[in-house]
Amino acid sequence: MSRNPNDADEHPQLVSDPDAPRSDESTAARPLHVQPVLLLAVAVGALPGTALRWWVESALPTSAGGVLWATAGVNLVGAFVLGVLLEALARRGADAGGRRLVRLCAGTGFCGALTTYSTLALEVVRTAGEGVVAVAVGYGLASVVLGVVAAAAGVWVAARRAGGGRS
Amino acid sequence: MTLVLVVLGGAVGAVTRFVVDGAWRSRRPGRFPWPTVVINVTGSFLLGMLTGLAVLRGGSPLVLQTVLGTGFCGGYTTFSSASFESVRLLEQGRWRAALGNTVGSLVVTVAAAAAGLGAVHLIG
Repeated sequence: MSRNPNDADEHPQLVSDPDAPRSDESTAARPLHVQPVLLLAVAVGALPGTALRWWVESALPTSAGGVLWATAGVNLVGAFVLGVLLEALARRGADAGGRRLVRLCAGTGFCGALTTYSTLALEVVRTAGEGVVAVAVGYGLASVVLGVVAAAAGVWVAARRAGGGRS
Repeated sequence: MTLVLVVLGGAVGAVTRFVVDGAWRSRRPGRFPWPTVVINVTGSFLLGMLTGLAVLRGGSPLVLQTVLGTGFCGGYTTFSSASFESVRLLEQGRWRAALGNTVGSLVVTVAAAAAGLGAVHLIG
């Protein structure tokens, strides 16, 4: 199958996001955290992230053990997804245009809001306060160590899917 | 209705995290992820205080406490970024920094949550 050689000349803008040149001009001048569109992208991603965390924490039994599992669950899933996402995006090119929007919406917004460090810390304090210090320490340490393992597994999966080693 | 407010609180928390992180990095660029540590410590202290206030009142937490605690603090603090940043430190061969970021963050956030709880009891 032969391609029309004119295609590339006629539609040079289609290669990348047509909005990219404009947004790149503004991103070059201003830091990301003061750009309204990017703030909105984070907020939009955080809505389903928070809702999902709320739903998981409500769905599991309210016994102390159930709460711990709910937090550990959303945290480990979120760490894995963030690893996949950031590695996949980094392999596709520079952080700009549509890729940057996806990173901020799905990564900073969704994964950031789905996961929570404050609830984890409070649960460790409360569990220790109930006298089961070994459970509290084990839960805290297992969470953070498995979090790193989950994020690393996500990076590994994305790297494997992309094929080849890191450049 | 509570769900809507909690979700909005989460969005405000996430945007606050994005702004704090960006403002910190633009002023003090560095390789160690201090912004995430500071965000998680301050968010844990705030959640400790909110929980302490609910305990003092007795009964179930107020809607405002749920919106600020589960919503804002949950959206503001992040476990995924903290984990991912440790992976990046490991990739750079900075084992001690990764260990400090992983275990050190846990220790200081737990201390912050306990301090938040304790602060309320001191005042109340």
